[in-house]
Amino acid sequence: MSISKTDQRIAAAGVTSADQELMREQEAARIRAGALQRRAAVGRLAIRLVSLLIVLGGWEYFGRQTNPILFTYPTAVAQAAVKMIASGELWKYLSQSLIVLFAGLGLASVFGIALGLAMARFRVIDIALDTYITALYSIPSVALVPVLVLWFGFEITAKTAVVFLFTFFPIVINTYQGVKNVDERLLEVGRAFRCGERDLWIHIVLPAALPFIVAGLRLAIGRGLIGMVLADLYTAITGIGYLIARYASTYRTDAMFVPIVTLGILGITLTSLLRFVERRIAPWAHQAGRE
Amino acid sequence: MADAKILIDRASKLFLEGTVVAFRNIELSVRTNEILCIVGPSGCGKTTLLRCIGGLVAPTSGRVLIDGATVERPRAGVAIVFQHFGLLPWKTVAANVAFGLKVGGAPRGETAERAEHYIKLVGLGGFENHYPYQLSGGMQQRVGLARALATNPEILLMDEPFASVDAQTREVLQEELLGLHERERKTMVFITHSIDEALVLGDRVAVMSAHPGRVKEVLPVEFSRPRDASAVRADARYAELRNHIWSELRPTAVV
Ligand SMILES: Nc1ncnc2c1ncn2[C@@H]1O[C@H](COP(=O)(O)OP(=O)(O)OP(=O)(O)O)[C@@H](O)[C@H]1O
Ligand SMILES: [Mg+2]
Repeated sequence: MSISKTDQRIAAAGVTSADQELMREQEAARIRAGALQRRAAVGRLAIRLVSLLIVLGGWEYFGRQTNPILFTYPTAVAQAAVKMIASGELWKYLSQSLIVLFAGLGLASVFGIALGLAMARFRVIDIALDTYITALYSIPSVALVPVLVLWFGFEITAKTAVVFLFTFFPIVINTYQGVKNVDERLLEVGRAFRCGERDLWIHIVLPAALPFIVAGLRLAIGRGLIGMVLADLYTAITGIGYLIARYASTYRTDAMFVPIVTLGILGITLTSLLRFVERRIAPWAHQAGRE
Repeated sequence: MADAKILIDRASKLFLEGTVVAFRNIELSVRTNEILCIVGPSGCGKTTLLRCIGGLVAPTSGRVLIDGATVERPRAGVAIVFQHFGLLPWKTVAANVAFGLKVGGAPRGETAERAEHYIKLVGLGGFENHYPYQLSGGMQQRVGLARALATNPEILLMDEPFASVDAQTREVLQEELLGLHERERKTMVFITHSIDEALVLGDRVAVMSAHPGRVKEVLPVEFSRPRDASAVRADARYAELRNHIWSELRPTAVV
């Protein structure tokens, strides 16, 4: 174990007994911190599991007492899920929707971040566009779906446009805010060391704005899922929206809940994935509280 | 003055549409290779004056000249140690110290080597891969100092660079700075709240007063160089100067 590794290091270095004591203490602190983190992780997991059990248990209990046309219960959903996964039905429709989601979200990220940066950098663009951005962000995106259908038809282009519409503005606005919120004093440090425009952006502005941009992406994921289902329902009915609509219309409430639960899991997965990536590329933004 | 490296020519700086007067009508020169220390009560405009010298803000009236040329933007060969440290939170100690060299276009190998040298000089060897949030305030301040030193500037502008370090480390750093000044002959402007520090380091001490900020007096500090801090403190003139500056600062410090 690691204790013996420390002992080896001590032996190899031929250090004083005070140093040895320190190294042992460091080793112990490291192990303690690791244990503490593991215990915290186990604690979190335990709370989540218990809470999940209570929620599922309650749902199961009350679900079984209601009319199966109106409501369902977890074991029934699980059974339906197994069938739908085994037959490939779930994946077939989910993948249709996912393509739309990723295309829309991807385009919105690229253009949203680019426009946010451009607005923050160039006053002319900012002044020229900020009213429209605010207005479009304020209009409930649903209201614009019929317009998009008019322009783009009912197929995948229209669906992607819907997701784009739902996700574009939070990304633009957060990116813009992130750049505008850069600490003036750090910009001054950059100027003092005679940074050119390029270096200022690379070394100061973009890293400072990064947490804001990620927060914008997180918002966009949530809104993107809404847009995705909405697009399935309001344009040509396909994908996961079709699955929900079909089972709803045949009163198969248990099967209808399978895509719904899938959407929830999808949201959690994408958000945690984003958080993981953020921790990797921006460790300074999250670890400040760590011992 | 012919040998003035930095010349502040009747400069004033007003903020917020003239409602806040940072300093007014300052006449001050810094000679080549001298260490000029500035002491003065909080809010008398020391930091603002330093930003004017560094070309970060322009004086509202008057001029700041370096080598006879008006300072309009940050100049090459001038480095600033910020009162607020100004470290980049997303860079490690090594990358922060290398920052000035990197954006200055120094070759990569040389950058790393110089950064390492100055990290050791300020006593932070072993912390190269730490992020600023993992360091104490005093350690962060020393990173800011190393970053400025690493660019090997002709002029060093330092804003209370040792304010957050402990008394012992402070003395070590003072000696390092004196040694550096002996070896590399730099012109330094050094803001401090410590009269002792001003006397140990400075060739001259400018005493400022507040409301409005102005230079009250510039005192020559004629201890021989190379300097030894304890010898300076033992000198009779040290106590005399110290008391004098104390009494100069006292009336404004109370208001
Ligand atoms: N950007 C600014 N906008 C408005 N007022 C400012 C600005 N910077 C400084 N001031 C004002 O100018 C005056 C001098 O500030 P400065 O920071 O230069 O003081 P200082 O002598 O460095 O003080 P300290 O010893 O506390 O660091 C203060 O009254 C301050 O409020
Ligand atoms: Mg100050």
